[in-house]
Order: sequence, then C-alpha cells, then structure tokens
Amino acid sequence: MAEDKESAEAIVSEVHKKIRAAFDVFDHEFNKTVDVREIGTIIRSLGCFPNEGELHDVIAEIEEEEPTGYIRFEKFLPTMTKVLMERKFRPIPEDLMLQAFEVLDKQKKGHLELEELTKYMTQEGEPFTQEEMEEMLSAAMDPDKNLIFYKDFVSMMTVDDPR
Amino acid sequence: NRSGTSLHLVDCESTMKAAILIQRWYRRYIARLEMRQRYTWNIFQSIEYAGEQDQLQLSSFFSFMLDNFTQLNGNERQTMFEQITVPESYSGPHLTFPLTVSHTNALLSAFKEQQPLHGRYMLQLLHQTKKLLKQMPNVIHLSTPYAKEITICGDLHGRLDDLLLIFYKNGLPSAETPYVFNGDFVDRGKKSVEVIILLFAYQLLYPDHMTLNRGNHEDHIMNLRYGFTKEVMQKYKTHGRDILLLVQDVFSLLPIATVIDNKVLIVHGGISDMTDLYLLSSIERHKVKTDCKPTGPSTQEPQYRTYSTGPTTQDLPYRTYYPGPTVQDLLYRTYRTGPTVQDLLPRTYSTGPVVDLLWSDPKSQPGCSPNTFRGGGSYFGPDVTRRLLERHGMTLLIRSHECKQEGYEVCHDGQVITIFSASNYYEEGSNRGAYIKLGRELVPRFFQYQVSRNTRKLTLTQRVNVAEGSAVRAVQEKLFSHRSELMAAFQQYDTSNSGCISVSEWALVVESVVRLDLPWRTLRPRLARLAPDGSIDYQSCFEDMGPGQPIPQVTPNLAETLYRYRTDLEIIFNIMDKDHSGQISIEEFRQTWHLFSAHLGVEVDDRAIDELAKSIDFNKDGSIDFNEFLEAFRVVSALQTNSTLPHLF
Repeated sequence: MAEDKESAEAIVSEVHKKIRAAFDVFDHEFNKTVDVREIGTIIRSLGCFPNEGELHDVIAEIEEEEPTGYIRFEKFLPTMTKVLMERKFRPIPEDLMLQAFEVLDKQKKGHLELEELTKYMTQEGEPFTQEEMEEMLSAAMDPDKNLIFYKDFVSMMTVDDPR
Repeated sequence: NRSGTSLHLVDCESTMKAAILIQRWYRRYIARLEMRQRYTWNIFQSIEYAGEQDQLQLSSFFSFMLDNFTQLNGNERQTMFEQITVPESYSGPHLTFPLTVSHTNALLSAFKEQQPLHGRYMLQLLHQTKKLLKQMPNVIHLSTPYAKEITICGDLHGRLDDLLLIFYKNGLPSAETPYVFNGDFVDRGKKSVEVIILLFAYQLLYPDHMTLNRGNHEDHIMNLRYGFTKEVMQKYKTHGRDILLLVQDVFSLLPIATVIDNKVLIVHGGISDMTDLYLLSSIERHKVKTDCKPTGPSTQEPQYRTYSTGPTTQDLPYRTYYPGPTVQDLLYRTYRTGPTVQDLLPRTYSTGPVVDLLWSDPKSQPGCSPNTFRGGGSYFGPDVTRRLLERHGMTLLIRSHECKQEGYEVCHDGQVITIFSASNYYEEGSNRGAYIKLGRELVPRFFQYQVSRNTRKLTLTQRVNVAEGSAVRAVQEKLFSHRSELMAAFQQYDTSNSGCISVSEWALVVESVVRLDLPWRTLRPRLARLAPDGSIDYQSCFEDMGPGQPIPQVTPNLAETLYRYRTDLEIIFNIMDKDHSGQISIEEFRQTWHLFSAHLGVEVDDRAIDELAKSIDFNKDGSIDFNEFLEAFRVVSALQTNSTLPHLF
C-alpha cells in the first residue's frame, strides 16, 4: 500500500515536472509567469487537444481576478495537473481525422478543392484566421493542382508528430 | 420533405463537427510546431549568450595574451601604409582620399564579384575613419531632414547579402537617404570585413548622412572568439595584425548613442536605471577598449555604483577549486579534478555606463536588474524606459542586440523598438531582417526582408525542421563534449547497472553538468532513447555523435576536452601564429607558454617547456601546426606519469 502511494506521488511529481518544463519554455523573464496568449500553445504541447472554447474555459479558471495579461505558474500547475491526470482533451486518432475530412468531401472525390476547404475552415466551426488558413494550405495543398489530398495530409501530419 | 430537412440539419451539424475537429487537430499541430520553434530559439540563444558570458570572463586571459602578443616582437613599429606597394596584378578597387562616389561604387561591384580590397587601402580607410571619428562626440545629434526619412538598421553581423539587399531595396546612402547603423557590424557572418569597409567608406563619403553606433561586438575581445579576428587574419595575411590594431582604435572611437530631433534615442543594447545622457556625453569613450572586464573593478570606465538588490562585482566570490592551478589545469580539464579556464576567473558581472548601453535587454516586468543571462548590462523594465525618456523629453528608444523573428519588435507600450537586420541569423529560415524609416513626424515605418538561398518559400514546418535540426545538433555536441562527466554522473544513479535511469534523473544530471538552461525534458526525444519500461538508455545520448573535425588519436577523455575547447585552443593557436601561416615556431611556442605561467604566477621549469615543445614537433621541422598543438595535450597527459611536470591529479 505504501508502495502504491509512493508510486502515485512519483507519477504526480513527474507530471509536475513535465508541466514545469513546458511552462519554462515560454517564461522569458524567468519569473514564473507567461503571457496568457501562449497558454494555448503550452497546453497543446503537453499533448492535449482543447478546442478554442475549452481553452477559454481553462484560461478563465487560471487568470487573475483582475487580468494582468500574465498567468502565474502557481495557478497554472494545479489546473494543468488535473487536466493531464484526468486525461481531458484527448488526442484525435488518425482514422477519426480521416472521417472528418470525408464528411467535408461531399462528393466523395478523395480530395478537396482549395475553395472548398477554405470555405469550411474559415466559415464553419471555430474559424481559422487568414494566417492559419495560409499556413495549412502551404502544408496541405498540391500547388500545381490547387487540390488537397487529405488522406496523405493526415498521414503526413500524424507521422510528423512524435509521441 | 421533413426527412429531407432533418437530414439537412444532421448534415450541417456533422459538417460543423467535422470542421471543428479538423481545426482543433490542426491547431494542436501548429502549437507543437511553435513549441519546437520556441525551444529551438532558446537553444540558440542560450548557447550564444553562454558563449558571450564566458567571453566576458575569459577576457582577462585573452586580454593579457593579446597585449603581450603585440609586444612579442619587441620594437616592431606599425607598418606605415604609404610604404606598402600595391602590385600590378591587383585588380580590385584603388582608393584615394577624399573618397568619391566612384570609389564606393567600385567597392560595391568588387564585393559582389568576391574581389577583396587590398590591405594598403584597408589601412588607409581605417586611418581616415579614425581621424574622422576622433572629431565626433560620444552622442551624435541628428535632425530629420525636410521631406526625407532617416533609415535605421540593426545588427548585421558580417552578413554582406543583407546589407546589399537593404541598399537595393532602400537606396544607397546619400543626402537623400541618410542611414543610422546601430552596431554589431562584425562577427559570426563571413563577410564582416566587406561590411565594415562599406560602412566606413560611406561614412567618409557622407559624414553627415551616415551614422554608426558602437555595438557590443565592436570589441576586440569579442572579435577573437566570434570570428572577426580570424576573418581578418585569413583575408589579410601580411597586414592582418596591423589592420586589427587599427580596427581596435576605430571601434573604441565609435559613438555610443545617436539622438534624432532630441526625441528618439538610438543605442545598441539598451539602458539601465543609472543611464545618464549628460554623463555619457562627457566620458572619454575611446578609453573603453573592451567591455570584457579584467579581474577586479573595471579601470576603463568611470566608477559605477553597485546594484542594491544583487551582488556587487566585488562581492561575487572568486571561485577557486584547488590551490595553485597548473598551466595544464588552465588549458584542459578532466572530469574528476582540475578547474576549467572559466572557473579560474572570477565570475564578475560587468556594469558601467557604456556596458549598459551596449549590453542591456528590455524586459516586460518593471524594475531594473542585472542581466545575468548575458553577464553584462541590465534587464530594464517599462518604468525605467518611461523615466529616462521623460527626463530627457524623448518619446522613443530604438535598440538592437536581440534577434527577433520578424526582424523587429515593439515593447514597453510602444516606447521601445528592437530592430535587427541580419536575416536567417540562427539558421536558414529562422528569422527576417528589418529596418525602420523615420520621417519628421517620428512615426516609425517597418520594412522586412529575408535573404534566401531558395526562391520557394519554406513552410513553417520546413523552417522549424531545419532550424531545430541545427539546434539539436548543437546540443548533441555539448553533450558529447561533456561525455565522461555525464557518464560518471549517470552511473551514480544507475545502481543496478542496467544502463538506464529515470527521465527525472537524466534531466537533473544533464542540467547540472552542461549548465545550460534548456527544456531538457521537451528535448529528450531528440537526444536520448527510451528503454521499453519508459526509462532512459543514457548511452544513446552519444550515439549519433562523431567529431565533426578530424581529431588526432587520443584517449576518449581528451577527445571530448579538445572538442569542447577547440575554439579556445584555436584562438590561442591563432594568437601564437602571427603570420597566420598555420605554423608556429618552437620559439614562439616557448615564449607563449612562459607568458601563461607568468600571468598565473606559476613556476614552470624552462627545461620542461623545451622538452614539451620538442616532443610535440612530430615531423621535426622546427615548427608546430594545429594538430600537433592539440597533440600537446595528449603528450602532457602521458608525461604526467613522469615527475618533471606538475601533477594534475
């Protein structure tokens, strides 16, 4: 029993260190604060997939009462620990991603046109900014044909993402 | 139709869900990329600043070396450039003074064709520049000309391509197109020589329209380590030394600040809460040859106060390891005993009015604190900026000194702008360069650019991959060069001798040995392999590494020591090798070794040095090349077993 408790503590300790490491990357002044705009990146880099709404909820929980534009580590740590321990915002499996693209590919062509994808990404769901759209197109689109072969795209992205 | 409607509704809902899923997934991917980009940046910066910090501390050693190196030849006077004849075969530009536009055009064409400028003209150019700068005050006051804009550029670091691109996009310097260049013209890039020739030439041509501020790299100690000294010696074999001596004078005569319309302050680094423009106008700037301090309080700058919150330069303890370091101790280190060169010099933190101007960085939190990251200057907060600008009735501080991804960055509520003009500074695709144009209204306009080998724009993914690869390699080299010490420490944790330790233990060891503040856990996947049970196979850290340069057959310990210090050793070798022939004479070797020991107050037997010198001249031709020089350390280790040389262990 004592061993179990020890190993539970050890797990939490590891989680804390992981969170600390990710936080530190963005702590430019070495004073245990990060810009609130970088919280999304930090959370996502720790393996979580919140959507924008979920992200805003997290931020609301860890912000100061009078928002300063900064998030302090003392507030970030407990919330983030809970997120990781409860495995919130789970990663998306590759085949589910594929299905999502297939839903958008109404005519079942096996690819999406530039205008199609742009329309969905910038008008539906939680829309992309123009910058985000351009970046995705530069990665996903075949520049000669202006087509997005999403199966290849999903595979490529999944490979590129070491766990 | 109802089913049609509900199908349609379902369809809309599933489209929206699909869209959200894709957006969520893609944003996570981008966030990972940003994280990688960010820590890649951290790696480059840490290694860069750690190097600079070491340099500030190694300076005493190198300063001494350089001073004595110039006296080693006794009374040899500086060559008068009038006595230098330019051979018929020389096809580069010929300069006569005063310069005209045809000269600067000739220089531009020549450098585009990789044609160098002859040493004689280089010396003349420097001589004229020195004369001009002597007449200038410490702080230059400019006014924005009617209906024209002043262009302000940041760090160039020897990147000729960026300078030429700026001239192409923005126009050559002239009365119509005045410029301010904000320091760090040299080091790191391969064409520092060409960059300063052009900058100095345009300044001589248009002294009222071309202003050059001093940066922290306009400093001969920095130049020794960061490449400018080497570049000069390689490009000017005969007159390199004379050129370097004259450059040293020119650098120390560069003004330290520029003010536009009494409203905009331009300095290379930044400010501190002690910055006083009146004081700065009155000091004798040419006496500050280097910001890299000798041991003890700086004698080159007026006495400065100490920070009340942190240690003073006098307070910081002098770190000694063992009594009486030996000469060998200084030059090489084993993992068990013996201090490093850095350890033997006091960890002083540089302060002073000029240091603050050339080394400080802005921070977002208020207050002013020592810039421990760099080892000199301050971190200054928005309140410090506000107070200084108010005190002098100014509205804007423009500075450089830090590489920024977009080439520029605004902070302190718009009161501070960082401008950086060397694109792809860390790696191909790492960042853009930028310059500022400022007109009468003093509203800055930013112009960005990026020199590119490729015509196709790299995606974020590709850029991150390239930069990250480079950064990771740099970290791997660091690990390799501390291999024995790391292995010993790993093994202490590996009680079961399994070859594996926990991630936690691994991170702890690496951080304490390598002493770089990096996100080790985040980097772990790129640096070490995991065993099936989730622990780290620590030997895998060293797997990919083979020395990049051919290192002579040496024992493993020594290989990594040489690897770690090869830059320093190369500098020492280059100092000894005055004519840069790639060879030093036994006599020079002997003299220099005597200098080391004199500097450290260590008794070394003359005979022992002679024996050492003779024994490392393997091909017995009376001179020593760099490989033989490196071999010297292996031989020293072998000779340790004899009693004549001081013992290391």
